Amino acid sequence: MSEEIIKDVIVRESEDYIINMGPQHPSTHGVLRFEVCLKGETVKYLIPHIGYIHRGIEKMCEADTYQQIIHLTDRMDYLSAHINNEAVCMVVEEAMQVEVPERVKYIRTILDELNRIASHQLWWCAFGMDLGALTAFFYGLRDREHILDIFEESFGSRLLHSFNTPGGLMHDVHPNFQKRTKEFITYFRKKLPEYDQLLTGNIIFQERVKGVGYMSREKAIAYGVTGPSGRGSNLACDIRKIAPYGAYDKVQFDEILMTEGDTFARYQVRMGEMLESMKIIEQLVDNIPEGDFTAKMKPIIKLPAGEYFKRVETARGELAVYVVSDGNKTPYRMKFRSPNFSNLFVMNELAAGGKIADLVAISGSLDLVIPDIDR
Amino acid sequence: MGIGIKSMEYEDFGDNESLELIKKTGGNVFLSSIDSLLNWGRSNSIWPLTFATSCCGIEMMAAGASRHDFARFGIEVYRASPRQADVIVVAGTIVHKMVPVLKRLYDQMPDPKYVIAMGACAVSGGPFFYNSYSVVRGVDHVIPVDVYIPGCPPRPEALLYGVMQLQRKIKGESISSPVETDTDKLL
Repeated sequence: MSEEIIKDVIVRESEDYIINMGPQHPSTHGVLRFEVCLKGETVKYLIPHIGYIHRGIEKMCEADTYQQIIHLTDRMDYLSAHINNEAVCMVVEEAMQVEVPERVKYIRTILDELNRIASHQLWWCAFGMDLGALTAFFYGLRDREHILDIFEESFGSRLLHSFNTPGGLMHDVHPNFQKRTKEFITYFRKKLPEYDQLLTGNIIFQERVKGVGYMSREKAIAYGVTGPSGRGSNLACDIRKIAPYGAYDKVQFDEILMTEGDTFARYQVRMGEMLESMKIIEQLVDNIPEGDFTAKMKPIIKLPAGEYFKRVETARGELAVYVVSDGNKTPYRMKFRSPNFSNLFVMNELAAGGKIADLVAISGSLDLVIPDIDR
Repeated sequence: MGIGIKSMEYEDFGDNESLELIKKTGGNVFLSSIDSLLNWGRSNSIWPLTFATSCCGIEMMAAGASRHDFARFGIEVYRASPRQADVIVVAGTIVHKMVPVLKRLYDQMPDPKYVIAMGACAVSGGPFFYNSYSVVRGVDHVIPVDVYIPGCPPRPEALLYGVMQLQRKIKGESISSPVETDTDKLL
Protein backbone atom coordinates (compact mmCIF):
# COMPACT_ATOMS: atom_id res chain seq x y z
CA MET A 1 0.00 0.00 0.00
CA SER A 2 2.74 2.38 0.93
CA GLU A 3 4.34 2.00 -2.51
CA GLU A 4 1.35 3.66 -4.05
CA ILE A 5 1.46 6.62 -1.71
CA ILE A 6 5.18 7.24 -1.50
CA LYS A 7 7.02 7.96 -4.71
CA ASP A 8 10.46 7.30 -3.33
CA VAL A 9 12.38 6.86 -6.57
CA ILE A 10 12.81 9.93 -8.73
CA VAL A 11 14.23 9.22 -12.17
CA ARG A 12 16.42 12.01 -13.45
CA GLU A 13 16.59 12.39 -17.20
CA SER A 14 19.34 14.07 -19.18
CA GLU A 15 17.08 16.69 -20.80
CA ASP A 16 15.57 17.79 -17.49
CA TYR A 17 15.72 21.51 -16.89
CA ILE A 18 16.99 21.91 -13.35
CA ILE A 19 17.08 25.06 -11.28
CA ASN A 20 18.35 25.39 -7.76
CA MET A 21 16.34 27.22 -5.14
CA GLY A 22 18.64 28.06 -2.29
CA PRO A 23 20.72 27.52 -0.21
CA GLN A 24 20.66 31.30 0.03
CA HIS A 25 17.08 32.14 -0.78
CA PRO A 26 14.87 34.30 1.43
CA SER A 27 11.83 32.01 1.16
CA THR A 28 13.57 28.84 2.20
CA HIS A 29 13.79 30.34 5.70
CA GLY A 30 17.38 29.41 6.15
CA VAL A 31 19.78 27.34 4.14
CA LEU A 32 17.74 24.69 2.43
CA ARG A 33 18.30 23.80 -1.19
CA PHE A 34 15.61 22.55 -3.52
CA GLU A 35 16.67 20.97 -6.77
CA VAL A 36 13.64 21.78 -8.88
CA CYS A 37 13.04 20.19 -12.26
CA LEU A 38 10.87 22.32 -14.50
CA LYS A 39 8.84 21.66 -17.59
CA GLY A 40 7.92 25.13 -18.73
CA GLU A 41 6.49 26.67 -15.61
CA THR A 42 5.35 23.38 -14.13
CA VAL A 43 7.35 21.56 -11.50
CA LYS A 44 8.14 18.03 -12.62
CA TYR A 45 9.84 16.93 -9.45
CA LEU A 46 11.66 18.46 -6.54
CA ILE A 47 14.52 17.09 -4.47
CA PRO A 48 15.37 18.74 -1.14
CA HIS A 49 19.06 18.84 -0.28
CA ILE A 50 19.78 19.19 3.39
CA GLY A 51 22.89 19.46 5.52
CA TYR A 52 23.84 23.10 5.01
CA ILE A 53 23.39 23.70 8.73
CA HIS A 54 24.19 20.24 10.04
CA ARG A 55 25.98 20.90 13.31
CA GLY A 56 26.11 17.38 14.67
CA ILE A 57 23.96 18.05 17.71
CA GLU A 58 23.07 14.39 18.24
CA LYS A 59 26.73 13.44 18.28
CA MET A 60 27.59 16.35 20.56
CA CYS A 61 24.95 15.15 23.02
CA GLU A 62 26.98 11.99 23.56
CA ALA A 63 29.78 14.04 25.10
CA ASP A 64 27.56 16.29 27.23
CA THR A 65 25.78 15.87 30.52
CA TYR A 66 22.02 16.09 30.58
CA GLN A 67 22.06 19.64 31.89
CA GLN A 68 24.28 20.66 28.98
CA ILE A 69 22.11 18.94 26.40
CA ILE A 70 19.26 21.33 27.25
CA HIS A 71 21.23 24.19 25.76
CA LEU A 72 21.81 22.35 22.51
CA THR A 73 18.13 21.53 22.04
CA ASP A 74 17.39 25.26 22.12
CA ARG A 75 19.33 25.65 18.92
CA MET A 76 17.46 22.98 17.01
CA ASP A 77 14.00 24.41 16.60
CA TYR A 78 14.77 27.85 17.92
CA LEU A 79 11.21 29.08 17.56
CA SER A 80 9.90 26.53 20.05
CA ALA A 81 13.00 26.47 22.22
CA HIS A 82 11.10 26.08 25.46
CA ILE A 83 9.18 23.05 24.20
CA ASN A 84 12.37 21.35 23.04
CA ASN A 85 13.89 21.83 26.47
CA GLU A 86 10.85 20.35 28.08
CA ALA A 87 11.11 17.19 25.99
CA VAL A 88 14.63 16.45 27.22
CA CYS A 89 13.72 17.34 30.79
CA MET A 90 10.74 15.00 30.69
CA VAL A 91 12.87 12.11 29.49
CA VAL A 92 15.34 12.63 32.34
CA GLU A 93 12.57 13.03 34.90
CA GLU A 94 10.87 9.86 33.74
CA ALA A 95 14.09 7.88 33.85
CA MET A 96 15.02 9.16 37.30
CA GLN A 97 11.42 8.72 38.46
CA VAL A 98 11.25 12.25 39.75
CA GLU A 99 7.85 13.77 40.33
CA VAL A 100 8.00 17.43 39.37
CA PRO A 101 5.93 19.87 41.46
CA GLU A 102 2.53 20.96 40.16
CA ARG A 103 3.73 24.55 39.97
CA VAL A 104 6.42 23.56 37.50
CA LYS A 105 3.93 21.73 35.30
CA TYR A 106 1.62 24.74 35.18
CA ILE A 107 4.38 27.22 34.42
CA ARG A 108 5.89 24.96 31.78
CA THR A 109 2.55 24.58 30.05
CA ILE A 110 1.90 28.32 30.05
CA LEU A 111 5.36 28.97 28.64
CA ASP A 112 4.86 26.27 26.01
CA GLU A 113 1.74 27.97 24.81
CA LEU A 114 3.28 31.44 24.87
CA ASN A 115 6.12 30.01 22.83
CA ARG A 116 3.67 28.44 20.42
CA ILE A 117 1.88 31.76 19.91
CA ALA A 118 5.20 33.55 19.35
CA SER A 119 6.22 30.91 16.84
CA HIS A 120 2.93 31.08 14.94
CA GLN A 121 3.14 34.87 14.88
CA LEU A 122 6.57 34.68 13.33
CA TRP A 123 5.34 32.06 10.87
CA TRP A 124 2.43 34.31 9.97
CA CYS A 125 4.60 37.30 9.22
CA ALA A 126 7.14 35.23 7.30
CA PHE A 127 4.37 33.56 5.30
CA GLY A 128 2.89 36.93 4.45
CA MET A 129 6.31 38.21 3.46
CA ASP A 130 6.93 35.19 1.22
CA LEU A 131 3.72 35.93 -0.64
CA GLY A 132 4.53 39.60 -1.00
CA ALA A 133 2.57 41.09 1.89
CA LEU A 134 5.31 42.94 3.71
CA THR A 135 2.90 44.67 6.10
CA ALA A 136 2.20 41.30 7.71
CA PHE A 137 5.84 41.17 8.76
CA PHE A 138 5.54 44.37 10.79
CA TYR A 139 2.20 43.44 12.36
CA GLY A 140 3.35 39.99 13.42
CA LEU A 141 6.65 41.03 14.92
CA ARG A 142 5.03 43.96 16.71
CA ASP A 143 2.86 41.58 18.73
CA ARG A 144 5.62 39.03 19.14
CA GLU A 145 7.72 41.57 21.04
CA HIS A 146 5.09 41.58 23.79
CA ILE A 147 5.63 37.87 24.39
CA LEU A 148 9.39 38.34 24.28
CA ASP A 149 9.01 41.00 26.98
CA ILE A 150 7.39 38.41 29.26
CA PHE A 151 10.20 35.96 28.52
CA GLU A 152 12.86 38.56 29.07
CA GLU A 153 11.49 39.57 32.43
CA SER A 154 11.46 36.02 33.71
CA PHE A 155 14.51 34.44 32.06
CA GLY A 156 16.61 37.35 30.88
CA SER A 157 16.71 36.22 27.27
CA ARG A 158 14.46 36.71 24.32
CA LEU A 159 14.77 33.78 22.01
CA LEU A 160 16.79 30.92 23.45
CA HIS A 161 16.01 30.62 27.12
CA SER A 162 17.23 27.39 28.63
CA PHE A 163 14.80 27.85 31.45
CA ASN A 164 13.88 24.21 32.00
CA THR A 165 16.27 22.01 33.87
CA PRO A 166 15.81 18.34 34.68
CA GLY A 167 13.49 18.36 37.68
CA GLY A 168 11.95 21.77 37.25
CA LEU A 169 12.87 25.29 36.33
CA MET A 170 16.12 27.22 36.55
CA HIS A 171 14.55 29.68 39.00
CA ASP A 172 11.11 30.93 39.84
CA VAL A 173 9.26 33.17 37.42
CA HIS A 174 9.16 36.91 37.93
CA PRO A 175 6.40 38.18 40.31
CA ASN A 176 4.94 40.13 37.37
CA PHE A 177 4.62 37.00 35.26
CA GLN A 178 0.90 36.39 35.80
CA LYS A 179 -0.02 40.04 35.41
CA ARG A 180 1.99 40.45 32.22
CA THR A 181 0.62 37.26 30.72
CA LYS A 182 -2.96 38.33 31.35
CA GLU A 183 -2.21 41.74 29.88
CA PHE A 184 -0.83 40.09 26.79
CA ILE A 185 -3.91 37.88 26.35
CA THR A 186 -6.27 40.86 26.49
CA TYR A 187 -3.99 42.73 24.10
CA PHE A 188 -3.65 39.92 21.61
CA ARG A 189 -7.35 39.07 21.61
CA LYS A 190 -7.93 42.52 20.16
CA LYS A 191 -5.05 42.24 17.69
CA LEU A 192 -5.74 38.79 16.25
CA PRO A 193 -8.79 39.97 14.21
CA GLU A 194 -6.43 42.47 12.58
CA TYR A 195 -4.47 39.55 11.15
CA ASP A 196 -7.60 38.24 9.51
CA GLN A 197 -8.55 41.63 8.15
CA LEU A 198 -5.07 42.19 6.77
CA LEU A 199 -4.24 38.86 5.20
CA THR A 200 -6.85 36.11 5.52
CA GLY A 201 -9.59 37.95 3.65
CA ASN A 202 -7.24 39.43 1.07
CA ILE A 203 -8.33 38.26 -2.37
CA ILE A 204 -4.79 38.16 -3.78
CA PHE A 205 -3.63 36.08 -0.84
CA GLN A 206 -6.59 33.70 -1.14
CA GLU A 207 -6.02 33.19 -4.85
CA ARG A 208 -2.45 32.20 -4.14
CA VAL A 209 -3.12 29.73 -1.34
CA LYS A 210 -6.50 28.12 -2.02
CA GLY A 211 -6.33 24.74 -3.69
CA VAL A 212 -2.55 24.85 -3.80
CA GLY A 213 -0.38 22.03 -2.49
CA TYR A 214 -3.04 19.47 -1.71
CA MET A 215 -2.05 16.78 0.78
CA SER A 216 -4.39 13.90 1.46
CA ARG A 217 -4.74 12.35 4.90
CA GLU A 218 -3.14 9.10 3.68
CA LYS A 219 -0.15 11.00 2.36
CA ALA A 220 0.27 12.85 5.63
CA ILE A 221 0.30 9.55 7.51
CA ALA A 222 2.66 7.90 5.02
CA TYR A 223 5.20 10.69 5.27
CA GLY A 224 4.78 11.18 9.02
CA VAL A 225 3.62 14.76 8.67
CA THR A 226 2.58 16.08 12.06
CA GLY A 227 1.64 19.32 13.70
CA PRO A 228 -0.48 22.01 12.06
CA SER A 229 0.58 20.77 8.61
CA GLY A 230 -0.89 17.34 9.32
CA ARG A 231 -3.96 18.73 11.02
CA GLY A 232 -4.71 20.71 7.87
CA SER A 233 -5.26 17.31 6.24
CA ASN A 234 -7.65 16.11 8.94
CA LEU A 235 -5.01 14.05 10.73
CA ALA A 236 -5.57 14.18 14.47
CA CYS A 237 -1.98 14.09 15.62
CA ASP A 238 -1.85 16.49 18.56
CA ILE A 239 0.37 14.96 21.24
CA ARG A 240 -1.23 17.30 23.76
CA LYS A 241 -4.46 15.32 23.22
CA ILE A 242 -3.08 11.84 22.51
CA ALA A 243 -0.56 11.64 25.35
CA PRO A 244 -1.05 14.67 27.62
CA TYR A 245 2.00 15.91 29.47
CA GLY A 246 2.51 18.88 31.78
CA ALA A 247 -0.84 20.38 32.71
CA TYR A 248 -2.56 19.64 29.41
CA ASP A 249 -4.84 17.08 31.04
CA LYS A 250 -6.30 19.81 33.25
CA VAL A 251 -7.40 22.16 30.48
CA GLN A 252 -10.14 22.21 27.89
CA PHE A 253 -9.12 22.99 24.35
CA ASP A 254 -10.01 21.95 20.83
CA GLU A 255 -7.74 20.33 18.33
CA ILE A 256 -8.16 22.37 15.17
CA LEU A 257 -8.76 20.07 12.22
CA MET A 258 -9.38 21.04 8.63
CA THR A 259 -10.43 18.68 5.85
CA GLU A 260 -9.32 20.64 2.78
CA GLY A 261 -5.62 19.71 3.02
CA ASP A 262 -4.43 22.65 0.97
CA THR A 263 -2.16 25.54 1.85
CA PHE A 264 -5.06 27.66 3.07
CA ALA A 265 -6.20 24.87 5.41
CA ARG A 266 -2.76 24.72 7.02
CA TYR A 267 -2.89 28.50 7.35
CA GLN A 268 -6.27 28.35 9.08
CA VAL A 269 -5.13 25.64 11.47
CA ARG A 270 -2.31 27.85 12.72
CA MET A 271 -4.56 30.86 13.05
CA GLY A 272 -7.00 28.74 15.06
CA GLU A 273 -4.22 27.36 17.22
CA MET A 274 -3.26 30.83 18.38
CA LEU A 275 -6.79 31.24 19.77
CA GLU A 276 -6.69 27.80 21.40
CA SER A 277 -3.32 28.56 22.98
CA MET A 278 -4.76 31.71 24.49
CA LYS A 279 -7.65 29.65 25.86
CA ILE A 280 -5.20 27.25 27.52
CA ILE A 281 -3.20 30.07 29.07
CA GLU A 282 -6.33 31.74 30.41
CA GLN A 283 -7.39 28.54 32.17
CA LEU A 284 -4.01 28.07 33.81
CA VAL A 285 -2.61 31.48 34.57
CA ASP A 286 -4.85 32.23 37.55
CA ASN A 287 -4.47 28.79 39.09
CA ILE A 288 -0.70 28.41 39.32
CA PRO A 289 -0.27 26.51 42.59
CA GLU A 290 2.24 27.64 45.20
CA GLY A 291 5.25 25.47 45.81
CA ASP A 292 8.81 24.79 44.79
CA PHE A 293 10.09 25.65 41.36
CA THR A 294 12.13 22.49 41.19
CA ALA A 295 12.17 18.98 42.54
CA LYS A 296 15.20 17.77 44.46
CA MET A 297 17.79 16.57 41.98
CA LYS A 298 21.33 15.36 42.41
CA PRO A 299 23.94 17.67 40.91
CA ILE A 300 25.26 14.85 38.73
CA ILE A 301 22.51 13.11 36.82
CA LYS A 302 23.14 9.51 35.84
CA LEU A 303 20.29 7.79 34.08
CA PRO A 304 19.89 4.09 34.86
CA ALA A 305 20.91 1.90 31.95
CA GLY A 306 18.09 1.48 29.48
CA GLU A 307 16.11 3.17 26.74
CA TYR A 308 13.83 6.12 27.27
CA PHE A 309 11.41 7.80 24.96
CA LYS A 310 9.22 10.87 25.27
CA ARG A 311 7.37 13.03 22.80
CA VAL A 312 5.95 16.52 22.90
CA GLU A 313 4.02 18.76 20.55
CA THR A 314 6.15 21.64 19.36
CA ALA A 315 4.79 24.48 17.26
CA ARG A 316 5.61 22.44 14.16
CA GLY A 317 4.63 18.95 15.15
CA GLU A 318 5.76 15.97 17.09
CA LEU A 319 9.22 16.09 18.61
CA ALA A 320 10.32 12.77 20.05
CA VAL A 321 13.43 12.26 22.15
CA TYR A 322 14.96 8.83 22.39
CA VAL A 323 17.80 8.21 24.82
CA VAL A 324 19.91 5.11 25.27
CA SER A 325 21.80 5.23 28.52
CA ASP A 326 24.53 2.93 29.74
CA GLY A 327 24.44 4.32 33.26
CA ASN A 328 26.97 7.10 32.75
CA LYS A 329 26.43 10.80 33.17
CA THR A 330 26.34 11.25 29.40
CA PRO A 331 23.91 9.42 27.11
CA TYR A 332 25.15 6.54 24.98
CA ARG A 333 22.96 7.65 22.09
CA MET A 334 20.53 10.49 21.74
CA LYS A 335 18.08 10.64 18.87
CA PHE A 336 15.68 13.44 18.07
CA ARG A 337 12.73 12.78 15.83
CA SER A 338 12.21 16.31 14.67
CA PRO A 339 8.92 17.36 13.09
CA ASN A 340 10.44 19.42 10.30
CA PHE A 341 12.48 16.57 8.92
CA SER A 342 9.35 14.57 8.17
CA ASN A 343 7.38 17.60 7.05
CA LEU A 344 10.05 18.58 4.53
CA PHE A 345 10.05 15.42 2.46
CA VAL A 346 6.39 15.65 1.55
CA MET A 347 7.35 18.77 -0.46
CA ASN A 348 7.91 16.77 -3.67
CA GLU A 349 4.41 15.35 -3.50
CA LEU A 350 2.83 18.73 -2.87
CA ALA A 351 4.77 20.70 -5.44
CA ALA A 352 5.02 18.22 -8.34
CA GLY A 353 2.52 19.09 -11.02
CA GLY A 354 2.00 22.60 -9.71
CA LYS A 355 3.45 25.87 -10.88
CA ILE A 356 6.84 27.06 -9.68
CA ALA A 357 5.26 30.23 -8.30
CA ASP A 358 3.31 28.09 -5.83
CA LEU A 359 6.48 26.55 -4.45
CA VAL A 360 7.07 29.42 -2.06
CA ALA A 361 3.51 29.25 -0.76
CA ILE A 362 3.76 25.51 -0.16
CA SER A 363 7.11 25.58 1.62
CA GLY A 364 5.89 28.54 3.68
CA SER A 365 2.77 26.70 4.74
CA LEU A 366 4.81 23.76 6.05
CA ASP A 367 6.61 26.23 8.35
CA LEU A 368 10.06 24.71 8.07
CA VAL A 369 12.85 25.56 10.47
CA ILE A 370 16.04 24.36 8.84
CA PRO A 371 18.34 23.79 11.85
CA ASP A 372 15.68 21.43 13.15
CA ILE A 373 15.88 19.40 9.95
CA ASP A 374 19.66 19.17 9.90
CA ARG A 375 20.31 19.26 13.66
CA MET B 1 38.39 64.51 16.74
CA GLY B 2 36.74 61.09 16.60
CA ILE B 3 33.72 59.93 14.70
CA GLY B 4 30.38 59.96 16.46
CA ILE B 5 26.98 59.22 15.01
CA LYS B 6 24.11 61.69 15.21
CA SER B 7 23.10 61.92 18.85
CA MET B 8 25.63 59.34 20.04
CA GLU B 9 28.96 60.90 20.96
CA TYR B 10 32.44 59.52 20.38
CA GLU B 11 32.91 58.75 24.07
CA ASP B 12 29.73 56.66 24.17
CA PHE B 13 31.26 54.03 21.90
CA GLY B 14 33.60 51.26 22.91
CA ASP B 15 36.63 50.05 20.94
CA ASN B 16 37.70 53.56 20.00
CA GLU B 17 41.38 52.55 20.12
CA SER B 18 41.03 49.98 17.34
CA LEU B 19 39.06 52.42 15.23
CA GLU B 20 41.85 54.99 15.58
CA LEU B 21 44.30 52.48 14.13
CA ILE B 22 42.27 52.21 10.93
CA LYS B 23 41.49 55.88 10.51
CA LYS B 24 43.86 57.70 8.20
CA THR B 25 44.85 61.20 9.23
CA GLY B 26 46.13 64.01 7.05
CA GLY B 27 45.84 63.87 3.25
CA ASN B 28 45.14 66.77 0.99
CA VAL B 29 42.17 69.07 1.26
CA PHE B 30 40.56 68.06 -2.00
CA LEU B 31 40.66 64.33 -1.35
CA SER B 32 39.50 64.56 2.22
CA SER B 33 36.42 66.55 1.28
CA ILE B 34 35.55 63.97 -1.39
CA ASP B 35 36.18 61.29 1.19
CA SER B 36 33.79 62.79 3.65
CA LEU B 37 31.07 63.07 1.01
CA LEU B 38 31.55 59.50 -0.21
CA ASN B 39 31.72 58.08 3.28
CA TRP B 40 28.63 59.99 4.33
CA GLY B 41 26.72 58.43 1.46
CA ARG B 42 28.12 54.95 1.92
CA SER B 43 27.74 54.75 5.66
CA ASN B 44 24.13 55.92 5.66
CA SER B 45 22.81 53.55 3.03
CA ILE B 46 24.17 50.15 3.90
CA TRP B 47 22.00 47.49 2.32
CA PRO B 48 22.29 44.08 3.93
CA LEU B 49 22.00 40.73 2.20
CA THR B 50 19.26 38.43 3.48
CA PHE B 51 21.58 35.76 4.70
CA ALA B 52 20.54 33.95 7.84
CA THR B 53 21.45 30.40 8.63
CA SER B 54 19.94 29.94 12.07
CA CYS B 55 18.69 31.51 15.28
CA CYS B 56 20.45 34.88 14.88
CA GLY B 57 18.44 35.39 11.71
CA ILE B 58 15.31 35.74 13.83
CA GLU B 59 16.91 38.49 15.89
CA MET B 60 18.07 40.12 12.67
CA MET B 61 14.46 40.07 11.48
CA ALA B 62 13.38 41.51 14.81
CA ALA B 63 15.95 44.28 14.41
CA GLY B 64 14.43 45.16 11.06
CA ALA B 65 10.85 45.06 12.32
CA SER B 66 8.56 47.41 14.14
CA ARG B 67 10.10 47.96 17.53
CA HIS B 68 13.79 48.16 16.74
CA ASP B 69 13.51 49.38 13.14
CA PHE B 70 17.09 49.72 11.98
CA ALA B 71 16.00 51.60 8.88
CA ARG B 72 16.56 54.61 11.16
CA PHE B 73 20.29 54.06 10.69
CA GLY B 74 20.12 53.69 6.93
CA ILE B 75 20.57 49.92 6.97
CA GLU B 76 17.40 50.03 5.05
CA VAL B 77 16.27 47.28 2.71
CA TYR B 78 17.19 43.62 2.78
CA ARG B 79 18.40 42.57 -0.62
CA ALA B 80 17.94 39.00 -1.74
CA SER B 81 20.69 39.29 -4.35
CA PRO B 82 24.34 39.72 -3.37
CA ARG B 83 24.83 41.98 -6.42
CA GLN B 84 22.77 44.66 -4.73
CA ALA B 85 24.08 44.28 -1.20
CA ASP B 86 26.77 46.22 0.64
CA VAL B 87 27.02 44.26 3.84
CA ILE B 88 26.60 40.59 4.61
CA VAL B 89 25.41 39.94 8.13
CA VAL B 90 26.51 36.38 8.81
CA ALA B 91 23.75 35.46 11.23
CA GLY B 92 24.21 31.92 12.39
CA THR B 93 26.40 28.87 12.28
CA ILE B 94 28.52 28.19 9.21
CA VAL B 95 29.23 24.52 8.61
CA HIS B 96 31.71 23.04 6.17
CA LYS B 97 29.06 22.32 3.55
CA MET B 98 28.00 25.97 3.61
CA VAL B 99 31.51 27.44 3.23
CA PRO B 100 31.72 27.40 -0.60
CA VAL B 101 28.29 29.02 -0.78
CA LEU B 102 29.24 31.76 1.67
CA LYS B 103 32.51 32.42 -0.13
CA ARG B 104 30.72 32.70 -3.45
CA LEU B 105 28.11 35.04 -2.03
CA TYR B 106 30.84 37.26 -0.65
CA ASP B 107 32.72 37.25 -3.95
CA GLN B 108 29.55 38.17 -5.81
CA MET B 109 29.03 41.30 -3.76
CA PRO B 110 30.33 44.49 -5.38
CA ASP B 111 33.04 46.54 -3.65
CA PRO B 112 33.03 48.20 -1.19
CA LYS B 113 31.69 45.33 0.87
CA TYR B 114 31.55 44.70 4.57
CA VAL B 115 30.99 41.72 6.81
CA ILE B 116 29.32 41.62 10.20
CA ALA B 117 29.75 38.40 12.16
CA MET B 118 26.61 38.20 14.25
CA GLY B 119 26.38 35.82 17.15
CA ALA B 120 28.71 33.44 18.90
CA CYS B 121 28.62 30.86 16.09
CA ALA B 122 29.82 33.30 13.46
CA VAL B 123 32.39 34.81 15.82
CA SER B 124 34.00 31.61 17.05
CA GLY B 125 31.77 28.57 16.66
CA GLY B 126 29.99 29.43 19.88
CA PRO B 127 28.17 26.57 21.59
CA PHE B 128 29.47 24.21 18.90
CA PHE B 129 33.12 25.03 19.51
CA TYR B 130 33.83 21.75 21.28
CA ASN B 131 32.95 18.28 20.02
CA SER B 132 31.30 19.24 16.77
CA TYR B 133 32.75 17.73 13.62
CA SER B 134 31.09 19.97 11.08
CA VAL B 135 31.08 23.55 12.37
CA VAL B 136 33.52 26.20 11.15
CA ARG B 137 35.00 27.87 14.23
CA GLY B 138 34.36 31.43 13.24
CA VAL B 139 33.42 32.89 9.91
CA ASP B 140 36.73 34.77 9.76
CA HIS B 141 38.32 31.54 8.54
CA VAL B 142 36.44 32.13 5.30
CA ILE B 143 35.85 35.83 4.76
CA PRO B 144 37.36 38.94 6.41
CA VAL B 145 35.13 40.30 9.15
CA ASP B 146 34.68 43.99 9.96
CA VAL B 147 32.53 43.90 13.07
CA TYR B 148 32.02 41.09 15.58
CA ILE B 149 28.81 40.99 17.61
CA PRO B 150 28.91 38.48 20.46
CA GLY B 151 25.82 36.92 22.00
CA CYS B 152 23.76 33.78 21.53
CA PRO B 153 21.78 35.26 19.91
CA PRO B 154 22.70 38.95 20.27
CA ARG B 155 19.84 41.27 21.08
CA PRO B 156 18.61 43.52 18.26
CA GLU B 157 20.12 46.43 20.18
CA ALA B 158 23.50 44.71 19.92
CA LEU B 159 23.07 44.43 16.16
CA LEU B 160 22.19 48.13 16.03
CA TYR B 161 25.34 48.95 17.94
CA GLY B 162 27.37 46.75 15.61
CA VAL B 163 25.91 48.51 12.60
CA MET B 164 26.78 51.88 14.10
CA GLN B 165 30.34 50.74 14.68
CA LEU B 166 30.50 49.68 11.05
CA GLN B 167 29.26 53.10 9.99
CA ARG B 168 32.01 54.73 12.00
CA LYS B 169 34.52 52.42 10.39
CA ILE B 170 33.28 53.41 6.94
CA LYS B 171 33.52 57.06 7.87
CA GLY B 172 37.20 56.60 8.63
CA GLU B 173 38.01 55.28 5.14
CA SER B 174 39.79 57.16 2.39
CA ILE B 175 39.78 56.65 -1.38
CA SER B 176 43.53 57.24 -1.46
CA SER B 177 44.09 54.07 0.57
CA PRO B 178 41.19 51.69 0.04
CA VAL B 179 40.59 48.96 2.55
CA GLU B 180 41.70 45.52 1.38
CA THR B 181 38.81 43.15 0.79
CA ASP B 182 40.64 40.56 -1.26
CA THR B 183 39.96 37.19 0.31
CA ASP B 184 42.82 35.52 -1.52
CA LYS B 185 45.24 37.32 0.80
CA LEU B 186 43.54 35.62 3.69
CA LEU B 187 43.71 32.10 2.38
